[in-house]
Amino acid sequence: MGALTLNQVAKAFGKTEVIKGVDLTVNEGEFCVFVGPSGCGKSTLLRMIAGLEDVTGGDVNLDGVRINDLAPAKREIAMVFQTYALYPHLTVRENMGLALKQAGEPKAKIDAAIARAAGMLALDQYLDRRPAELSGGQRQRVAIGRAIVRTPKLFLFDEPLSNLDAALRVATRIEIARLHRELGATMIYVTHDQVEAMTLADKIVVLRAGKVEQVGAPMELYNNPANTFVAGFIGSPQMNFLQSQALGQRGQTTGIRPEHLTIARDAGQIAGQVSHVEKLGGETLVYVRTEPHGLLTVRLFGEHDFAVDEAVWLTADAARAFHFDAKGQRLR
Amino acid sequence: MSKSRSHTGRTIAAHAVLLTYTLIALFPVFVIVINSFKSRKAIFADPLALPSPGNFDAVGYTTVLEQGHVVEYFANSLIVTVASLFFVLLFGAMAAFSLSEYRFKGNMLMGLYLALGIMIPIRLGTVAILQMMVAGGLVNTRTALVLVYTAQGLPLAVFILSEFMKTISDDLKNAGRIDGLSEYRIFFTLVLPLIRPAMATVAVFTMIPIWNDLWFPLILAPSEATKTITLGSQIFIGQFVTNWNAVLAALSLAIIPVLVLYLIFSRQLISGITAGAVK
Repeated sequence: MGALTLNQVAKAFGKTEVIKGVDLTVNEGEFCVFVGPSGCGKSTLLRMIAGLEDVTGGDVNLDGVRINDLAPAKREIAMVFQTYALYPHLTVRENMGLALKQAGEPKAKIDAAIARAAGMLALDQYLDRRPAELSGGQRQRVAIGRAIVRTPKLFLFDEPLSNLDAALRVATRIEIARLHRELGATMIYVTHDQVEAMTLADKIVVLRAGKVEQVGAPMELYNNPANTFVAGFIGSPQMNFLQSQALGQRGQTTGIRPEHLTIARDAGQIAGQVSHVEKLGGETLVYVRTEPHGLLTVRLFGEHDFAVDEAVWLTADAARAFHFDAKGQRLR
Repeated sequence: MSKSRSHTGRTIAAHAVLLTYTLIALFPVFVIVINSFKSRKAIFADPLALPSPGNFDAVGYTTVLEQGHVVEYFANSLIVTVASLFFVLLFGAMAAFSLSEYRFKGNMLMGLYLALGIMIPIRLGTVAILQMMVAGGLVNTRTALVLVYTAQGLPLAVFILSEFMKTISDDLKNAGRIDGLSEYRIFFTLVLPLIRPAMATVAVFTMIPIWNDLWFPLILAPSEATKTITLGSQIFIGQFVTNWNAVLAALSLAIIPVLVLYLIFSRQLISGITAGAVK
């Protein structure tokens, strides 16, 4: 239960095309993450799956049934919103039970479902409070609980961690991963944060300007990006793009991840000057000005001391380099 | 330091302006109320003097209350004002919701059309309205007044409320849709409570002109049974003799209900109910 297929799905507002024919299969029990920069259409695509936006072309199928024209409440989906969207006048218990109550389920079943969800999310003691009396993290857990109570075929998450602070974001991320393992449900998750995408996903869908750039497992995208966009988007810090000609490599652009560059004071492949150093404890990021490649990032493990404006040499690990043509497509 | 001092200066200036305005606005009300407690002679001798044992006279109030119909007039005013207010808020909020929530053809034009009434005074259509009421057999009914006042109040209500509706989080409404709430329940249980402050503002702006109106009661419902308090007080104003004590007493009494309604609504103006809904 919970296999989703999108077939040439498109969305246009008047003449502006926002989603340009997306084909995608999300298998049962899979955790699929839509990732891309702001305005790439990832949230719109999610809302189309939820039924909150009309589909102007193509088919959305859930378990083989076309659901294009089905009302959101009839789709057996649940959604968690960025702004939590809890009902302010209802208690936590009523917030979580509302959907089942609307569907006319017996009270005993609703209570059992709420108790189960509250147990999973450690919300037992807050059931009689109103959203205003909860902290941000608790509110988001209630929103997730509201989704679990419905036992939907499909969970939809719309940037659920964006309003949380950094520490809470990591904790909630782990919580979501645990829930996915426990529930074994199909989940679709939208984010612009590639770290969330990498850590949570079974399958990442990279979107740009309403089109799918690449679909694959996190490590597949990291090790085998299809173009410069995906290469630049996946991995943090961002991949360095160097001019192939100056390096004697093939193609127009050569991509090298910051962890695949080595730095030395005496000799190397590319000469440069240190522009800035960021020490993070476990790792050190060195930004180096070079000709003609511009600013390159080097990621070193452990602590390293470099002075700003110091002359250094960089060497690229040629075996780990990616080559791209003039259009940004990968050369294999 | 200098920055904080200039800040205090600005605060004092702002308060001075506001206090001056308040004094100017309240002065006529103050004069009406103090003179309503004075004898006729004292009113004309020194209109600004406060009521004192020497000039105190409650004859205005006794005249008004003995007149007999005043309670009915009050009831008429209250029924017409509250009923009109209810319909203005209900239909205004519903129209505002559909204009701000749904994308449909002519959405913008419809919004402009509904707002047009703010600029065109409804009194220009008095003759046509009277003809309609005569044709509908509604002359000398409170229904006629409620209908006219609802029409009069709607444009501003739609205009103000649709701006507020746009600020309500889409996520909340969408969560309701996914949970299977009907659009009506989304409107009544999720959206209306969140725009309560705006509703209170609209209520105050709508209520006062209705309560104070003399024009439509005079034209559409001048019968004894349907007179409002503003129209009813006119009996004390004659062509040759005006019973000033009674007029001032009636006007003073007329302030009370509207003041009570205002206090009820102004409490709603304090928002904070949204806390916890989003963010």
